[in-house]
Amino acid sequence: MSSESSYYVPASSRLPIFMALSLLLFVYGAGYTINDLGKEDSYSHWILISSFLMMWGTMFFWFSEVIKENDSGMYSDQLNTSFVHGMSWFIFSEVMFFFAFFLALGYVRIFAVPWLGGEGEKGITNILWPGFEASWPLMETPDNERFPGAHHNMSIPHISKIHTWLPFWNTLCLVTSSGTIALAEAALKKDNRKAFKLWMVVTLTLGYIFVVLQSVEYYEAYAHMGLTLGAGIYGTTFFLMTGFHGFHVCLGAIILTIMTIRGFRGAFSEHDHFGLAAGSWYWHFVDVVWILLVLVVYVF
Amino acid sequence: MSAVIESHHDDHHHGPAKGFSRWLYTTNHKDIGSLYLWFSFIMLFVGGAMAMVIRAELFEPGSQIVSPEFYNQMVTNHGLIMVFGVIMPAFVGLANWMIPMQIGAPDMALPRLNNLSFWILPAAFGVLLSTFLMEGGAPNFGWTFYAPLSTEYAPPTVTFFIFSVHIMGASSIMGSINIITTILNMRAPGMTLMKMPLFVWSWLITAYLLIAVMPVLAGAVTMMLMDIHFGTSFFNAAGGGDPVLFQHVFWFFGHPEVYIMILPAFGIISHIIETFSRKPIFGYSSMVYAIASIALLSFVVWAHHMFTVGMPIAGELFFMYSTMLIAIPTGVKVFNWLSTMFRGSLTFETPMLFAIAFVALFTIGGLSGLMLAIAPADFQYHDTYFVVAHFHYVLVPGALFSIVAAVYYWLPKWTGYMYDEVLGKTHFWLSFISVNLTFFPMHFVGLAGMPRRIPDYAMQFADYNMIVSVGAFLFGLSQLLFLFNVLKCVYYGKSATAEVWEGAKGKGLEWTVDSPAPYHTFETSPDLTKPQTNS
Repeated sequence: MSSESSYYVPASSRLPIFMALSLLLFVYGAGYTINDLGKEDSYSHWILISSFLMMWGTMFFWFSEVIKENDSGMYSDQLNTSFVHGMSWFIFSEVMFFFAFFLALGYVRIFAVPWLGGEGEKGITNILWPGFEASWPLMETPDNERFPGAHHNMSIPHISKIHTWLPFWNTLCLVTSSGTIALAEAALKKDNRKAFKLWMVVTLTLGYIFVVLQSVEYYEAYAHMGLTLGAGIYGTTFFLMTGFHGFHVCLGAIILTIMTIRGFRGAFSEHDHFGLAAGSWYWHFVDVVWILLVLVVYVF
Repeated sequence: MSAVIESHHDDHHHGPAKGFSRWLYTTNHKDIGSLYLWFSFIMLFVGGAMAMVIRAELFEPGSQIVSPEFYNQMVTNHGLIMVFGVIMPAFVGLANWMIPMQIGAPDMALPRLNNLSFWILPAAFGVLLSTFLMEGGAPNFGWTFYAPLSTEYAPPTVTFFIFSVHIMGASSIMGSINIITTILNMRAPGMTLMKMPLFVWSWLITAYLLIAVMPVLAGAVTMMLMDIHFGTSFFNAAGGGDPVLFQHVFWFFGHPEVYIMILPAFGIISHIIETFSRKPIFGYSSMVYAIASIALLSFVVWAHHMFTVGMPIAGELFFMYSTMLIAIPTGVKVFNWLSTMFRGSLTFETPMLFAIAFVALFTIGGLSGLMLAIAPADFQYHDTYFVVAHFHYVLVPGALFSIVAAVYYWLPKWTGYMYDEVLGKTHFWLSFISVNLTFFPMHFVGLAGMPRRIPDYAMQFADYNMIVSVGAFLFGLSQLLFLFNVLKCVYYGKSATAEVWEGAKGKGLEWTVDSPAPYHTFETSPDLTKPQTNS
């Protein structure tokens, strides 16, 4: 069929309004839950939980509908191109979200902390906390009573001890998994479903190992290193950057888990597997963010 | 396959659904465009009412009507609503209505996402407005929400503010993804990029800016949330962070944001001026390149909002020069508009009046912007009413006038009826006089040192402030005339022709379809590779 005359425009849909309602619930739920933190008799987290249930439910039905429509042949090539554009720009928006945090880390390391320590053009700032010395990772904060610095940091150890350093194994897992998902996609394109399934399972395993190792690292940080969210700007940037990355790895892992399940149930064909392709782009994106993150958070 | 095509035809041939659920479930770009425009219109009166409270308080020196705390809430929410609730949704509404018609597409590329982008917007503003009823009152830290005012010293409702900004951002990002995908993927055959109408071009670039900077805003409010509730120290020097970091992150978003609010206006004004000059636009490709250069430059000028905050001198110089560079592409656009009008057969219908006022008054706003860009001079102007005058000149007779002009220009195409020209011209002249009465004297009190965001002022500013307030009330009332004119057009207007304007011949695909435009405009894309008759 000619692609121009058959662009599928759904007549009307109840899905978006349910999504909008669940986001409205989410805002009140999240807002009250966070404002009520530490209060015993608060019920607001139930609003939050129900908003999540509603959101996931709506997403389930939304994606089912899209899959159903696609399977019944309603989607033209042009519409699939729209999905490709949509996913690419969505990933670009995610890149810019991380950019904000990289910008923050750069500003803090290049300007704010040295100035507080009396170096550079605005070193006059040192009069706020005389005697504060700038260093990175920042182990002693200007007001160490209020923001007690960490005892240990996560920076890269000497090369001989690299095997004891969790981020090394994390990097290995994530970079490898980026390769294995490419292999899975390539196998699917050749209609080698056995290899496709195998590589998907390998990818997922590596992804879950990453999540587990990252949790171990957070546990170590809180339990043995004094490295917390409240440990000044080093802890702040460390947790927020690795945390948001970890959150995106979890999202990617959920997407890929669903794609794997669908793959095992016989979904996708050599030419029609946009859900998997989009998931794999997302996975490559979290991989690239991780590499940049290792460089600026752990190594340099 | 035939069954599929039949069901697809069913979708296309039915008209709008009956009843209120039509608006809840719709996936039609025209319905969603109307929703955006009505939402923005309602918010204009909500945000406008807040401006009236501000001007009533400032009518005379001394504490008059509201408490300083409530005054702060008014200033904050007036800004937030006008930026995120009026100007941006209005432009997205126009994009929804016009882009598919101008590029010959059947609808937006992702119709269900389109519905979602709209409906989360009332949710976000519902949350924001509901904070007025909560303990501690609504956000009161200014629309720029600088830390630590918005973190350590913020009311507890800041949490709701943060999440509602997240939702507004999500709405903008999804809307922009849809617009950019529509433009890149849904153009009629033969419509190459450099043949696209300028409104489409301006939105392509605007959508790119939105996708690039809205996530940065989300990052900024997330850092605030963490600082307030989870003990981090992004914006707290005691932990090694820096309150100035907030301003850098915010303005990295904020400066592209102000161009997001003006670039679509450039597209609209180009169309209106060429139509009522009965000439094609002068310098089409230079218009495209000018918009693109303005957009790219907007990423490297942000710190001109923070000259007085304590930046290294190299930074001040860099941001001063890069800011001044923007005057060049902007000047190109202004001179192109003037050249289009030069020796044209001009007529002055309401849209054209607003468009000419836009060119004149936006240029005033641009020139005061150039004054503010001079770092040493900015030390004098910073945080005075001169700044307020500057950005209101680019946003009210700039962005808002362009939206009003667009509504008058395309309303006959949307509704099938003509608006009342006498009422339209009355609306224009009242708006034109009152907008200058409101914002021009602000330059004088600003240069004389009147600070912004303060509910009281020194005696010597009293006369000018009274003039400003009278102008503001008049401007507010004139907009009721606009509402009346739109409603009169919808219910009692005379029928409009397909071409609507004499000068619209050959000025775009939207004038080749009936007025009102059919519910589904181009079921089959027009083939522009063949010579156009444009009947």
